[in-house]
Amino acid sequence: MQDKLKIYGREFSSRFLIGTALYPSPAIMSESIAVSGAEIVTLSLRRQNPAQHEGNLVWDLIRQSGCQLLPNTAGCKTAREAVNLAEMSREIFRTDWLKLEVIGDDYNLQPDPFGLVEAAAELVKRGFRVLPYCTDDLVLCQRLLDAGCEVLMPWGAPIGTGQGLLNKYSLETLRTRLPQVPLIIDAGIGAPSQAAEAMEMGFDAVLLNTAVAKAHDPVAMARAFRLAIDAGRSAYQAGLMVRQQTASPSTPTLDMPFWHQADPLTQE
Amino acid sequence: MSEITINAERHSLQGRPSLAALLEQAGYKGDGFAVAVNGEFVPRADYAHTEIRPGDEVDVVAPVVGG
Repeated sequence: MQDKLKIYGREFSSRFLIGTALYPSPAIMSESIAVSGAEIVTLSLRRQNPAQHEGNLVWDLIRQSGCQLLPNTAGCKTAREAVNLAEMSREIFRTDWLKLEVIGDDYNLQPDPFGLVEAAAELVKRGFRVLPYCTDDLVLCQRLLDAGCEVLMPWGAPIGTGQGLLNKYSLETLRTRLPQVPLIIDAGIGAPSQAAEAMEMGFDAVLLNTAVAKAHDPVAMARAFRLAIDAGRSAYQAGLMVRQQTASPSTPTLDMPFWHQADPLTQE
Repeated sequence: MSEITINAERHSLQGRPSLAALLEQAGYKGDGFAVAVNGEFVPRADYAHTEIRPGDEVDVVAPVVGG
């Protein structure tokens, strides 16, 4: 029996957080979420004119999933923008939970660490439960904790790249130095093996979207990720063996037939 | 003529309507949206007594998919 993911006073059986964007159709999105086993889904807000209703079907499907909603502030480039979009999200989605994004660079969508800490501090004061999408910088993560975040979401790689865990040294450092903090690898995961690796390293959960939504068969890929994340968590709990430089036989060597002591006459 | 923008589109402004009146006139109904004026969130409870002035930039947002 796997242990539960505990964040902001809630317990979750699944350690797979999934995004709702980029699917071929709303029906495939809905089925992918169901098959993933995810209990937390991300979504967002965008400008809408009164004649637009195409978002309503998707929104209804997401609501019907029964998942904890995790609205994001994707696209915000300043703390002020993020704080205001967060307030708009709280009013519409009726949740204090927030995936905080403050982007500092358009090319690789890298979080702006300064804007992120500024926004997180203000949002915590306003009662939000902030899950910041951040880089793997230890000091940034410590500042976000100082600001009142109880969960951190360091990137594996830039959003949508599928590159996996690019900086394992930094990620291992985070895990080692922040042993009690729920750490969720968010973004950059492209394959189930990469998600399993993150879980084997002791990360508490994985958040991804593109790798499932852009798969040839998103529903099958959602299942593959669910299995990989479960496997990775089980492996972490079981305790991985320590790597060795030299070979060590797994089959007993004692009483090996044909074995005999080296003939001293043939030995120089 | 006085103008404002709603979601970056220009609209002429007659007088100084409340935000509630402006939204109704623009066709926004129900509670599936949230609003900011000049980049500042306006809670729904404040629509009736938020006055719209020339040059104001109104943003109206609704749920979409996201990662």
